[in-house]
Amino acid sequence: MNEKISILKYGLGNTQSLANALEKMQIQYEWISKPKQIQKAKKIIVPGVGNFGTAMKNIRRQKLKQSLTQAVQTGTPYLGICLGLQILFEESQESKGIKGLGILKGKIQKFQGKEKIPQMGWNRIQKIKTSPLFEKIPNKAFMYFVHSYYAKPKDKKIVAGTTEYGETFPCVIQYKNIYGTQFHPEKSGTLGLQILRNFAGLRK
Amino acid sequence: MKTIRIIPCLDCKFIGKKATVVKGIQFQSLKQIGNPVDLAKKYYNQGADEICFLDITASQESRKTMLKTIKQVSQEVFIPLTVGGGIKSVKDAQKAFQAGADKVSINTAALGNPELIQEISQQFGQQACVIAMDVKQIGKEWLVFSYGGTRNTERSAIEWAQTAEKLGAGELLVTGIGNDGMKTGYDNELLKKINQKVKIPVIASGGAGSLKDIKNGIIQGKADAVLIASLFHFNQFTVQEVKKYLTKKGICVRL
Repeated sequence: MNEKISILKYGLGNTQSLANALEKMQIQYEWISKPKQIQKAKKIIVPGVGNFGTAMKNIRRQKLKQSLTQAVQTGTPYLGICLGLQILFEESQESKGIKGLGILKGKIQKFQGKEKIPQMGWNRIQKIKTSPLFEKIPNKAFMYFVHSYYAKPKDKKIVAGTTEYGETFPCVIQYKNIYGTQFHPEKSGTLGLQILRNFAGLRK
Repeated sequence: MKTIRIIPCLDCKFIGKKATVVKGIQFQSLKQIGNPVDLAKKYYNQGADEICFLDITASQESRKTMLKTIKQVSQEVFIPLTVGGGIKSVKDAQKAFQAGADKVSINTAALGNPELIQEISQQFGQQACVIAMDVKQIGKEWLVFSYGGTRNTERSAIEWAQTAEKLGAGELLVTGIGNDGMKTGYDNELLKKINQKVKIPVIASGGAGSLKDIKNGIIQGKADAVLIASLFHFNQFTVQEVKKYLTKKGICVRL
């Protein structure tokens, strides 16, 4: 029996679709929004579409920064989706002067290639190292992306997958118990659901 | 690598509490197709990249039924869902997102109140705000029509596209009124003109009647995505068949 997943609610985006995806796969979940709930969580998913600055402001307002950092550092599996991945880093070009969680070293930067921004649509993910998230996921699988910014980690070794969009950017991050996808597994059909299932199977 | 999106479009009409997908020709003479939830699932399983729902009744009552439909669909279908028809305020948009929509498509309301684009994209993100425009060529000019293509706003389509982008629209859904349901192809000249003037994705809509029409919308019209109704509803092609054809023609799609 997998442990329950706690989805962080911090006033952003369409989070219902993530809950729908878990429900469809009969994976147990709960909504959390308080520091105490984060401390107790067995596994955390932080979803989110929207603005980096707004996300961090909401996290500060709900006083979640410390407990999130602590949970991650004590080994609680964390999956950040899109903005939930970006806020793990130190700062973003999207919201200058606003600090991220800073759990991972690096910055969030804007696309500089010739392609249209935001990237909105399906794109291939190239696996560059093994990760439990990739269980049963073929190489170059298509996932759904909606974003103008992406993470550029200082430590290249934490990049598990990359995608090509005018330039090559990291689309899957993994460092120990910290996982992040720039794409939206909850909107990426059957293979996207498989990624969520893989995360649900992890243990602290 | 950029891939072109194939988006089945479900025009929904609401009779009492029942929703039915219909398809019109040039915005009129409707044919009943089927239940929106079943059709959405069918296209999802065929490999659709997104699904677009348009409430063509757009009344108080129909909006409630529409939200219920979206809720049901979002429990079964895990690709982006767009909802349009009768969205007039941030509150309407919020209700759609809560029901499980990823994007809202706004048409007439944005023409009357362009600030709505700004409000929605600031609150929910640029990606969540699609501006739909119904366009007809009159003489040498392309003009925008409101109220389901019935009222000439006398506004230039190119200018409106640029304004919408500036205000924060994430995508433009461009329908050629003269082409809709005619199966004679998209208005590729219009699509190309708009595409040259904006940086956000442009979705071609109205008129695809053959595989070649779809290809032309992408190659000649430079569309980033194509909306398809009749071809799928009348079972002429499956989503997968369209994608296989496009791949053979060198167009990159998700297979």
